[in-house]
Order: sequence, then structure tokens, then C-alpha cells
Amino acid sequence: MAEIKPRIKLDRKEAKKGDLVEVKALVQHIMETGQRKDAQGQTIPRKILNRFTCTVAGKQVFAADFEPAVSANPYIQFKFKATESGPVVLTWTDDDGSKIVGEEKITVT
Amino acid sequence: MLKVTITRREVFKAGGAVACGAVLPLQAHALGQMETAIRRVVGEAEIRKGKVTLDLPPLVENGNTVPLTVSVDSPMTKDNYVKAIHVFNEKNPQANVISAQLSPRAGKAAISTRIRLAGTQKLMAVAEMSDGSYWSDTQEVIVTLAACLEDLI
Repeated sequence: MAEIKPRIKLDRKEAKKGDLVEVKALVQHIMETGQRKDAQGQTIPRKILNRFTCTVAGKQVFAADFEPAVSANPYIQFKFKATESGPVVLTWTDDDGSKIVGEEKITVT
Repeated sequence: MLKVTITRREVFKAGGAVACGAVLPLQAHALGQMETAIRRVVGEAEIRKGKVTLDLPPLVENGNTVPLTVSVDSPMTKDNYVKAIHVFNEKNPQANVISAQLSPRAGKAAISTRIRLAGTQKLMAVAEMSDGSYWSDTQEVIVTLAACLEDLI
């Protein structure tokens, strides 16, 4: 599969210490539920992104387990408290173990 | 020889009994599914109403992408924060929707995502607090075009 580039948006690139930063992220993925059948009546095997994590400057600030009920091209929005500058790394883990990684930067003053 | 006569009325009665018998377990299954999924996560703990706000459109046209926001009223300090937010549904093939793990570093316990819904149903968001208590909110959603159905040919 071609490299997937997630779309990540922080509501600010620079923040004061203690400010809340909102993260919006969208990633392209079929999120196949494992419930659907193809034209031959064969069940299409499940293939979803089952795990999402966000680290800021190497420390985890948010994580989520996705179930098949999460829509295709999963969207997630959450907040974190700015405490230190560093990379904001978002990682989605596929059922097959592959990972989709996106990165942004936050500068805390 | 014993003659067995079956009247039209009896046929209907029997049919009705069969139909009810078929329907009741289904309902019990649907209700039980969400309840079981919730219990699997929270255990025997008491779930209280309040603190959590589950925000969904009351009427959804397309069940394939339903915007959903869960926010929890919490100061998110070191001693008092939301540990996790779980969302459950009543009628999808699987009752779990999403489980998010938070920490005081989240600053505010609010998440949004988009989910699939197979038909009109109830949704429940459960928040797990750092002190071990559970709080919840329930919303009813009407879905006109259900997810999961278009492919069941």
C-alpha cells in the first residue's frame, strides 16, 4: 500500500506553558469491519486501525483503542496541556501490525 | 384413528407464539450485548449518571459517519482526572465503539470522532475517574440510513 500521510492539525504551533492545545487528525483507512461480505458471499476479513497513541516530547498524552464501529478514514480530536516543546507524534497501528505515523511540532514558551 | 383438526385460529396462535419466541431473545440479546460489554470494562462498579456529556446529532442521515463528542466535567489535576472514556452502542454487531485513555496531561477530557451506527439505537459513554468511580451519559440516535446494511446482499 502506498504510504499514507495523515492530516494533523494543531490549533496553535506555539503555546504558553499550561495552555490547552487541540489536536485534530484524520487518516485515510478503509476500517474494514469484518462484517461485510463480498459478491461471492465470502466475509471480507477485518482490517482496522485498532490503536492510536499521541506522544508529546516522548511522553504519552493520549491513547485510544478503536473498534470496528469507528468510521472509515478515522477522525480524532482531543486536547493536551502544553508543558514542554517537542515533537507531537501520532501513531496509528493497523491490525496487521503496520503503523502510520504523523508528526507535528509544538513550541512552548 | 384420531382426527386432528387444526383451525385457522390455532394456526395464527401458533404462529404468534413462534414469532414472539423469535423476537424476544433478539431484544434480550441486543440489550444484553451493551450491558455485557460495559460490565466487561467496568466490572461490578456502580455507574452513576452525570459529569459526562455525550453529544450526538439526534437525527442522523448516514450511519456510516456519525460525529460524536464526549466531554467529562473534571479539573484534570494530578489527584482528580479522567482515566478513560469508553463508548458503547446497543445494536451494532459489536457493542464497543471506542476506548480512550487519558491522563492529567490531557488538560481537558474531551474527545471527538466519527463512528458507524447500524440503525436507530442508544449510545452510552462511560468515564472512569482516577478515584475509581464511573459516570455515564446516554443518548438516543435516530439513523435513517444504517451502516453495515448496504453490503448484506
